[in-house]
Amino acid sequence: MTAAAKSPAKSPAKSSAKTLATYAVIAGAGLLGPLVLPAFTTQFAFLWVMVTFALTWDVLGGQMGYNSFGNIVYFGIGMYVCAVVQVAPFTDLAEYNSAYGTQDIGLTSLQYYAGLGAGCLVAALVAVMVAFVLGSGILGLRGHYFAICTLGLGIAAGEIAAGIDIIGAGSGMVTPLYPGEIGTRNRFFYYLCFALAVVTFLALRRLYAGRFGLAINAIRDDEDKAEAMGLHTTRYKTIAWCIAAFFLAISGGLVGNIIGFIDPTDVAFAGATFGVWMVLMAILGGKGTMWGPVLGAAIFHVTQELFWIYLLGWQRVALGVLIVLIVVFFPQGIIGWLRERFPHRFGRRIEAASGEAEEPAQ
Amino acid sequence: MTGATTGAMLEASNVTKRFGGVIANSDISLAVRPGEIVGLIGPNGSGKTTLFNSIVGFHPVDAGTVSFEGRQISKLRVPEIARLGLLRTFQQTRVYGRMSGLENMRISVPHKHETLAGMLSRFSPAVDEKAESLLEFVGLYEKRHLNAGDLSFGQQKLLEFAMALMNGPKMLLLDEPTAGINPTLINGLIDRLRRANAELGITLLVIEHNMRVIMNLAERIYCLAHGELLAEGAPESLRTDQRVIDAYLGAH
Repeated sequence: MTAAAKSPAKSPAKSSAKTLATYAVIAGAGLLGPLVLPAFTTQFAFLWVMVTFALTWDVLGGQMGYNSFGNIVYFGIGMYVCAVVQVAPFTDLAEYNSAYGTQDIGLTSLQYYAGLGAGCLVAALVAVMVAFVLGSGILGLRGHYFAICTLGLGIAAGEIAAGIDIIGAGSGMVTPLYPGEIGTRNRFFYYLCFALAVVTFLALRRLYAGRFGLAINAIRDDEDKAEAMGLHTTRYKTIAWCIAAFFLAISGGLVGNIIGFIDPTDVAFAGATFGVWMVLMAILGGKGTMWGPVLGAAIFHVTQELFWIYLLGWQRVALGVLIVLIVVFFPQGIIGWLRERFPHRFGRRIEAASGEAEEPAQ
Repeated sequence: MTGATTGAMLEASNVTKRFGGVIANSDISLAVRPGEIVGLIGPNGSGKTTLFNSIVGFHPVDAGTVSFEGRQISKLRVPEIARLGLLRTFQQTRVYGRMSGLENMRISVPHKHETLAGMLSRFSPAVDEKAESLLEFVGLYEKRHLNAGDLSFGQQKLLEFAMALMNGPKMLLLDEPTAGINPTLINGLIDRLRRANAELGITLLVIEHNMRVIMNLAERIYCLAHGELLAEGAPESLRTDQRVIDAYLGAH
């Protein structure tokens, strides 16, 4: 279903040159962005976080046809687990959190980087385990039932986190201080977010091109048929959610450190902001496509930043209007709309290339 | 009396299925031996598709048992039965509409032994080769890059048949394979069904309303009416069976 990954185009050399050029432009912009416009480094970092959000949401929501409003759970879990792994080896966690961030644990550079690396890794593994358990339980639900159930998960997770004292309960948790200058810190996290988005994109593209991609597409198109053909539907669905959880948890770990403060309901399990944006960005760009979520995230994030700068006070209203316009004018998303208008550019053929298939084969 | 003792590949014994007060299948027993082509006919609403659904585990039976290769399958779920090699196609075609014909074929590979690494792997050239040769076999090779949903009903039926073959089943339950297919193509399809049976060794149980097709194709035929088994026998004997004529064939 993805335009770039699966196009049986007529001139593979030309289209792969185009793809390479696209990658080169994005890589160049990604690498040089914070050097050219250092004042916007953190905004750029969030751009890549948004790309990761949209890409991971699209695994279920687009490619598999399961609208999930609960993916934010894995983001929040990742954020908390990462912070705990960063802090706990060096001080008493309960004491640290009851000091509301006034306790400086003074990590050395090595301790900090090692802690962050281990934190992201453990965060990803914990999130995958949670996705496995939740997925085995509720991925048997279909359609609206699944969507509503995941909505409940997101809300519940925030409330649960706000009730756990050892991670700061309702007053949240502060992540450790970066051992260096603020500019270096911002650039450091920017490149991590950029790398995460790139790795997520490439990993998903690779997976979509193989059996996994076709299996979840088949589930989207006709799950009963997929079952009748012997597909391990529950396994594929659970794996899909685990993959989304893996990358989301790492982004959670990074975002917790960028913001520096983890609020259980406004930052970690922020269903009303991040949780909804994931869905919107994927739909805006075109769900079920490879580039749609990327494009949607970029447009959404830039527009949102512009609203904050030029329409302060009305930014939420403008965002609401934007959402309505997206749904009304681009129900298939931008890539979906382009694909409908210019199918040949996406390697989709409307008519058979030659011959007549009605002829009985010999 | 299980399949192992009688030599039957598929055996339904005294199967009863009710929907509320409606008895869709009442005490039906049938057996299909390996390598056979067996027909299942009967008027609309006589319970043919319900019987298929009961066999493949789509819904539980209220009474009776179903066994496949000597193994009880009445309690198994749809995908588990499919992975044993007992596959069904649908009366209203079911293909993956937003995927190309080739992609439909690729994902129809057998799923019996599937490891995590296998689930995340790419397709081997051998899979594509088999997919393309089967598309060629049903005459859809030229249309392999089209969205399956954009194919005509008849083409979708052919694609569904090819997908079933791709799955490497031991036995196929075909629900009206020729319905909606262009009359000139029907002969080609009968030929292909025979070849699937003879060359690939796939046992067939076929629901069909087209009498010319089923009388030509099947070695034995079961006739259902009002949820009950009315008659069973060779095509010739059924054609002259007064009960079958009254219930279904009419005088012609």
